[in-house]
Amino acid sequence: MKPRHKRFALIGGGLAVLGIAAALVLNAFQSNLVFFFTPTQVASGEAPKGKAFRIGGLVKEGSLKRQPDGLTMQFVVTDTAKEITVAYSGILPDLFREGKGVVAQGKVGDNGLFTATEVLAKHDENYMPPEAQHAVDEAHKAAKTVKQ
Amino acid sequence: MSNGIINWFRFSSPQTFYPLAGKLIPWFWALTAAFGLAGLYIGFFVAPTDAQQGEGYRIIFIHVPASWMSMFLYLVMAFWAALGLGFNTRLSGMMASALAPTGALMAFLSLWTGALWGKPMWGTWWVWDARLTSELILFFLYLGFIALQSAIDDARRADKAGAVLALVGVVNIPIIYFSVKWWNTLHQGASVSLTKSPSMAQTMLWGMLLMALAFWMYSIAVSLTRVRAIILERERHAGWIEELSEVKPS
Repeated sequence: MKPRHKRFALIGGGLAVLGIAAALVLNAFQSNLVFFFTPTQVASGEAPKGKAFRIGGLVKEGSLKRQPDGLTMQFVVTDTAKEITVAYSGILPDLFREGKGVVAQGKVGDNGLFTATEVLAKHDENYMPPEAQHAVDEAHKAAKTVKQ
Repeated sequence: MSNGIINWFRFSSPQTFYPLAGKLIPWFWALTAAFGLAGLYIGFFVAPTDAQQGEGYRIIFIHVPASWMSMFLYLVMAFWAALGLGFNTRLSGMMASALAPTGALMAFLSLWTGALWGKPMWGTWWVWDARLTSELILFFLYLGFIALQSAIDDARRADKAGAVLALVGVVNIPIIYFSVKWWNTLHQGASVSLTKSPSMAQTMLWGMLLMALAFWMYSIAVSLTRVRAIILERERHAGWIEELSEVKPS
């Protein structure tokens, strides 16, 4: 083995060891690396109790309601399996829409209501002009009426 | 050379690479201008408004190419660093040093434009999610590489120390790329990837790809310019440099 082959073997071996170490560390910290919990995870008790955490999911269609005090907004976050009702008094971001992704930070109260201190909109990876969006919406509506 | 095959190893010597780089630079600048103008034209005048984000989405024409470049340049830098460690070639280390500032610039652009987009769209400038945090670490890796190399006076030792740091940091690149797949993040998933058809309108995609090409050409042009400066600085005592028309006192 020439010295340079030895050096390359050392570099390759080092990188492999480093990669495995990184994979193990990331695997161990798995639960700390998630930005939010889904309603299903919250229901199964994976989310921290009595502490603030973030939940993420879709805003359920037709669930957004303004409370009588005029400031608090209430909406349901769903991952299509489980749901959590969220109350938030503050300004919602521009991209906040029913049927779109959302991430809320806050605590679950005794009554099961999630009181948020911050609400962020989660954008999806789809970029399309309004006409295309319109066509997609129409197709969704058509699919729904067929089901009914 | 005589049998018609280009002997690429010939260009691993600074003396032959210096004039070659000098000849290539204007071409890469011309391509930067061509791709950049076409990309900006499509980005601003042809690509349609986004259904949800309105005009604000147009930041992707800078944000995505800059993010791609920041990751790709790091891989190229680590590649040269490994070659330098393995073959003990002088030029490899110079290439790695020349790429670092451009990589850092791209990582910074990616973070900065992302923050500008995040405020109106998400509702926040910054969150500590896996994608954003790992990209920030990439930015710090570039800065650390530059700082480490400048802290060591002996160029060859600086190359070696920098190379080890660059290689260790390579672990971060797949983490950045796959972070949106492996964990829940606020950052959206990839709109364009090799494994599925892109989830964006055609003209938007074209604008983005042209801008990505422009960023590629820009990075090559700037890095070649920088590597020429590094060659001049490190080889200043070599005879061939004293013979250069741009160096020779007239």
